[in-house]
Amino acid sequence: MTEDPSAPLVRVAGLTKSFGGTPVLAGVDLEVRAGSVHALLGPNGAGKTTTVRIACGLLEPDAGTVEVGGRDMLAHPREAQRVLGLSGQYAAVDEVLTGQENLELLARLFGQSRSAARQRARELLVRFRLDDVADRRAGLYSGGMRRRLDLAGALVARPQVVVLDEPTTGLDPRARLDMWGVIEELLDDGVAVLLTTQYLEEADRLADVITVIDHGRVIARGTAEELKDAVRGSTLALQVRHDGDLDAAVRALASVGTAPPSVERRTRRASVAVDRGPDVMVGLLERLGGEGVELSDLGLRRSSLDEVFLALTGHEADADADTEPQARAEGALR
Amino acid sequence: MSEIAAVLRNGTVLTARNMRHVARIPGRITTGLVQPVMFVVLFAYVFGGSLGGEEYRRFLMAGIFAQTMVFNASFTTVGLANDLQKGIVERFRSLPMSPAAVILGRTASDMVVGLGTLVVTSLCGLLIGWRVEEGLPRALAAYLVLILFGFAMSWVGATVGVFARTVEVAQSAGLIWLFPLSLISTAFVSAEQMPAPLRVFAAWNPVSAVATGVRDLLGNPVPASLPQPDAWSLANPVLYAVVSSLAILAVFMPLALFRYRRLTRG
Repeated sequence: MTEDPSAPLVRVAGLTKSFGGTPVLAGVDLEVRAGSVHALLGPNGAGKTTTVRIACGLLEPDAGTVEVGGRDMLAHPREAQRVLGLSGQYAAVDEVLTGQENLELLARLFGQSRSAARQRARELLVRFRLDDVADRRAGLYSGGMRRRLDLAGALVARPQVVVLDEPTTGLDPRARLDMWGVIEELLDDGVAVLLTTQYLEEADRLADVITVIDHGRVIARGTAEELKDAVRGSTLALQVRHDGDLDAAVRALASVGTAPPSVERRTRRASVAVDRGPDVMVGLLERLGGEGVELSDLGLRRSSLDEVFLALTGHEADADADTEPQARAEGALR
Repeated sequence: MSEIAAVLRNGTVLTARNMRHVARIPGRITTGLVQPVMFVVLFAYVFGGSLGGEEYRRFLMAGIFAQTMVFNASFTTVGLANDLQKGIVERFRSLPMSPAAVILGRTASDMVVGLGTLVVTSLCGLLIGWRVEEGLPRALAAYLVLILFGFAMSWVGATVGVFARTVEVAQSAGLIWLFPLSLISTAFVSAEQMPAPLRVFAAWNPVSAVATGVRDLLGNPVPASLPQPDAWSLANPVLYAVVSSLAILAVFMPLALFRYRRLTRG
């Protein structure tokens, strides 16, 4: 099954899916290589969760193919599921069982012997820093601990592919950082990680490849840097000292930008996307100096993924458009 | 064959998991034990007085056993709906495991609970004058019939559970059917005074056959004041109880599995 070590461990092609006549996926493709993280980025309702549910054999697509570890997920789901670990959006832990029992249960269901299961559970609890609470019921765990337990559950059978559906949604900033550390460690095992997220910062930090989807379609793909380059190189931002100068400054920005500038009158700030930052900056300074515009601040920075996202999808990467109340509440933490 | 072995193996692992739940959520087991005791007291001393006193109490117990097995299905309904609602089933579905194992584990653990309920109910029966009046082999056969019937009812409960999906629905609409099924029968009364349609239903209701068959096997007499319907099902109650239990399994096992698969397939 692993003739070619560089072959992608996940290969998804041409996925389409409709629910009750409403198309949710309209042809999604993606590949994930061993030891890398592929982030599926998009607003709520873009089709991220549907894509991973199909990739994990939880949902059948209307069309398309899914290969995991060289096995056909649609034709032989159980074969393919053997090499796959899923950690879903809402931590699916058994609240009545302890952490140790949760992991033992999953290991046993993967066919491990009682002693092997106990051993594996203990290993993972130590690794995910849950050994102190190993014998406490999972129902008493904090949100971050639950997520870690859920992720540990995905790893009991040493999968080649780990799928994480919004692994940090609803976590507080500290628990999120913690989770990121844990995900980065996974890569040391050479697994292929497919993760969905609506946090650009998360994709920026973790992903080797980012696929942006919206309305069930792939609208951009590349590394974080490539995406930033592709959409617009840099952002030139300034602040004028006097209100009266703002219009002149905006006109100057408009003349050098690749898109209309955005203006914040209250703070006397304006910014614009530019191609060749430094060259443009020199020209801009000359022009503004000539017009007698006084600046209190001027800066050139790389576009954030937020801006990339906005440019690609035409809306911000937040949870406002969401229809699931729980996800909306969690999204508010962003 | 290895497929069946895997289902049995995973079913056993999940049965153990469910038994842990039973042990740790005392409310459920308490209900399972208090309910039949309550029914014994209610029927024996509230209705029993006018229905034949001690003679009726000896007749009554087999009916209580059959009813207990029907009501045991409610645990399956609520337990399964609970798992579905909590999302743990989503995790199970991502494992290389047959969905049959999940429902089998549930129905098997409920069978263990049902057996415990039967033991407590029997002890309760002994206190009010009921006796096993034939030998041990026939008594064992009686309990086997009850367990088989309880297992079949549990799959009906599982089907209701996967259709209900949420605990709220499972606990209300999902349990209504238990009452007519257990009461429109000859478990507690004669069917003679029932209107014709109910009388026919009672005669062919597996609950009647289970109660009558268990009475036969245990040697518990039927009071002359409670004449039983003259139907094939009640002339051959043990055979009919076993056949109808198997028929219920043949219908509801695939139905529950079909629905469970569809539920998560979207």
